[in-house]
Amino acid sequence: MKLIFEKSRPGTGNQYIPACDTAVYELDASFLREQEAALPEISENDLSRHYSELERRAYGVNNGFYPLGSCTMKYNPKINEAAAALEGFADIHPLQPEDTVRGCRKVLELTEKYLCEITGMDAMTLAPAAGAHGEFTGMMLIRKYHEMRGDSKRNKVIVPDSSHGTNPATGTMNGMQVVSIPSTEDGYVDLEKLREAVNDETAGLMLTNPNTLGLFDKNICEITKIVHEAGGLCYYDGANMNPIMGIVRPGDMGFDCIHLNLHKTFSTPHGGGGPGAGAVGCKEFLAGYLPYDNEITENSCGKVRSFHGSFLVIVKALAYILSLGKEGIPESASMAVLNANYFKALLSEKYTMANEGFCMHEFVMTLEKEQKEYGFSALDIAKGLLDNGIHPPTMYFPLIVHEALMAEPTETESRQTLEEAARIFLDVYDEAMRDPQSMQQKPEKTVVGRPDEVLAARKPVLRWQEEEAEDEV
Amino acid sequence: MGSYLSVNDADRKVMLERLGVSSVMDLYRDVPQDLILDKPLGLPEGKAEMQVGRVMKELAGENRVYGTVFRGAGAYRHYIPAIVDQVAAKETFLTAYTPYQAEISQGVLQSIFEYQTMICELTGMEVSNASVYDGATAAAEAAAMCRDRKKKTVIVSETVNPEVLAVMKTYSWASDNEIVTVPAKDGVTDMDKLLSAAGADTAAVYVQSPNYYGCIEDLEAAAKIAHDAGAKLIAGVQPIAQAILKTPYECGADIAVGEGQPLGLPLSYGGPYLGFMACTKEMMRKLPGRIVGKTADEKGNAAYVLTLQAREQHIRREKASSNICSNEALCALRAAVYMAAMGREGIWEAARQCVSKAHYLQGKLAEAGFERKYSGEFFHEFVTSCPYDTNEVMKVLSDNDILGGLVLDGGEILWCATEMNTKEEIDRMVSLLKEVF
Repeated sequence: MKLIFEKSRPGTGNQYIPACDTAVYELDASFLREQEAALPEISENDLSRHYSELERRAYGVNNGFYPLGSCTMKYNPKINEAAAALEGFADIHPLQPEDTVRGCRKVLELTEKYLCEITGMDAMTLAPAAGAHGEFTGMMLIRKYHEMRGDSKRNKVIVPDSSHGTNPATGTMNGMQVVSIPSTEDGYVDLEKLREAVNDETAGLMLTNPNTLGLFDKNICEITKIVHEAGGLCYYDGANMNPIMGIVRPGDMGFDCIHLNLHKTFSTPHGGGGPGAGAVGCKEFLAGYLPYDNEITENSCGKVRSFHGSFLVIVKALAYILSLGKEGIPESASMAVLNANYFKALLSEKYTMANEGFCMHEFVMTLEKEQKEYGFSALDIAKGLLDNGIHPPTMYFPLIVHEALMAEPTETESRQTLEEAARIFLDVYDEAMRDPQSMQQKPEKTVVGRPDEVLAARKPVLRWQEEEAEDEV
Repeated sequence: MGSYLSVNDADRKVMLERLGVSSVMDLYRDVPQDLILDKPLGLPEGKAEMQVGRVMKELAGENRVYGTVFRGAGAYRHYIPAIVDQVAAKETFLTAYTPYQAEISQGVLQSIFEYQTMICELTGMEVSNASVYDGATAAAEAAAMCRDRKKKTVIVSETVNPEVLAVMKTYSWASDNEIVTVPAKDGVTDMDKLLSAAGADTAAVYVQSPNYYGCIEDLEAAAKIAHDAGAKLIAGVQPIAQAILKTPYECGADIAVGEGQPLGLPLSYGGPYLGFMACTKEMMRKLPGRIVGKTADEKGNAAYVLTLQAREQHIRREKASSNICSNEALCALRAAVYMAAMGREGIWEAARQCVSKAHYLQGKLAEAGFERKYSGEFFHEFVTSCPYDTNEVMKVLSDNDILGGLVLDGGEILWCATEMNTKEEIDRMVSLLKEVF
């Protein structure tokens, strides 16, 4: 399909703003750019069709099953969108006087309060713009804590090898050295290795729980105890909070701070990659270090984003919490677990699971044997699913499982959807067993086949240019 | 209670039976049982959609929406064509994840590729990423791009938006790096002070133009000082102004960043916004965040993919240039639709009207005794003295449905005008000020 620039024809755009009603002021030519920006010029009808065509070439939760592990692709309720579109939220300037933004302040206060209750924390900031941004903020609290105590030696952060890549990257952004510890064979934190890793240089531990294998670490209290006894603090990566909200609370497990992904657990849409929002909660003794909002506070670690965070995303999360309430939140969590286990049971008929037994919200399959013995890979299965209208699970993650496919169905899928999807997963598996070679041609029914990623990285073409279009002609 | 579950009691029974358990709580075997909450959360009971709608409307109703706005300071009210909201509300764009599976995500990938091209066009830079959180984090990430073991200091002009400076300081503190500020002189960066501050340990210089006070900075002079010291120039720019102002690339900047909110995003009490980042080809592999590239499939069809991922946290882990994962994709989509709808001429016209109306407003305010504080040329914001009590002035304006300029620490006022402000509004405000005071 053509790029919007290739559809551009001078003189066809709509007029959106009236002619200037004041005298025109000309800036001196020395301030002006030499050439106008080559933005498209396109009629509104053609513009509308362009984006409709792009939409048809994309895939969202509204299109079908989206079991992308670790991403919690649950249904995004429409009332949330309606709330965020209200003029009384959308048209408020971030620097309006306090007495004209009482509604906004109440949205923030209520959301903070509810999230504290859900996580078992004492204080919450809604400033971070995403999960990774929340990790950055949370680890700054830990850094600040040690700094304020004059404990300057503590610059090591312990991260299990099953973690999301954002965890070690966050450690580095906080000037910390990352110590990776291996997991046990069944995917839990290795307590012995943890005991060996902690010492008087330990700033803290970053732990995702349930972990990226979909397992709740049964030694969770022992883990936080080991870290605390060594003088470190415990950071809870709440990316996988969905199956435990309203059931157990990180604050009760001994964690000192946590981030939540409002765009996962609290149903705000992912928008093709964002915007998200990453609330950070902490225990009382860290509260003074949280980012400040309007007024600088004495011990705050600073500002992490301009103004007051991803406000409209927070509005959506609040609408969701109000809809579900105290009964709905645990019910959704346990349904996420039931759906994941049911789906896992259905797929176990053919797929090898990285772990036996019950999982939380997600589970990991391994195609290691198939790859070695039959010559088809996790990637091949994923691409085969694309031809059947299913978004594949997360591929090749966590790194500790070879040929991994990580599936998270979420609580908003029906039994019928899971059964239908399982049938497709099993059919694709059979097809791969019958003819492994053919899998490399998949997908065949999508608008493009497998893109050449090596070429993309070796000869980067990162923007459209007029010359290129002429070459093609 | 609102419930978005799709499983009924009969289904639930079948599923539990298949798993061989009697209750869903049996699936929580690994959870230490003494941790399981023995009482409901201290939250309100769930509400039906109608009730939720009412509560949210009531909350929104407690905010004040001003009919006339003369306040900017980092967040700007511009006209947003109706099609922008319509396209951004398309369900698939709204509910898609990051386009990892390229074959079914060509629409999202192409829209980002088009956005990247438009940002390159506005800034003149060679490469753009797919967005970061906001203008402030874009500046902080840009500073990190320039640092290495030897060069750790970033010099920031005091004329930049204070929110941006605050965020840059936070990121810098966290990573054990230095931010040094240079003062302003007559509302613009004091280039002599910048020259003496720049040295062998300088990684980059960050200057914003138009700056916080609305003044257009001499980016070329800043670039020369930075480059002579072996440092990079990071230019903070305003995207609407970029339609007419000399591009950061023309001025010699190595990285251009800014707040993309003026490109079709509502004020939204500050977010979500859009951080744009663009740089020279030379710095491409240091650029954080997602980047979309064009390639081909086996049949030679054009195809778009997330590329240069070797920079990113999911590959490089602790060696990544940034931990960013989620970005502001839907905001970038809004910006692209805005730029395409307004088009080459529309944005140029909006920028020219910003300049014209701001200068008209400045002249009128001067007539009412609000003297401009600085002498340099400005885009759509400027600072004036306030001959009266600032609280009184703001109250009078507010009582008349006008959000006046922002009162600065020194008692001056930072005003802003955009294409949204009519001549009639400006005249009405100024005569009101003359009448009352």
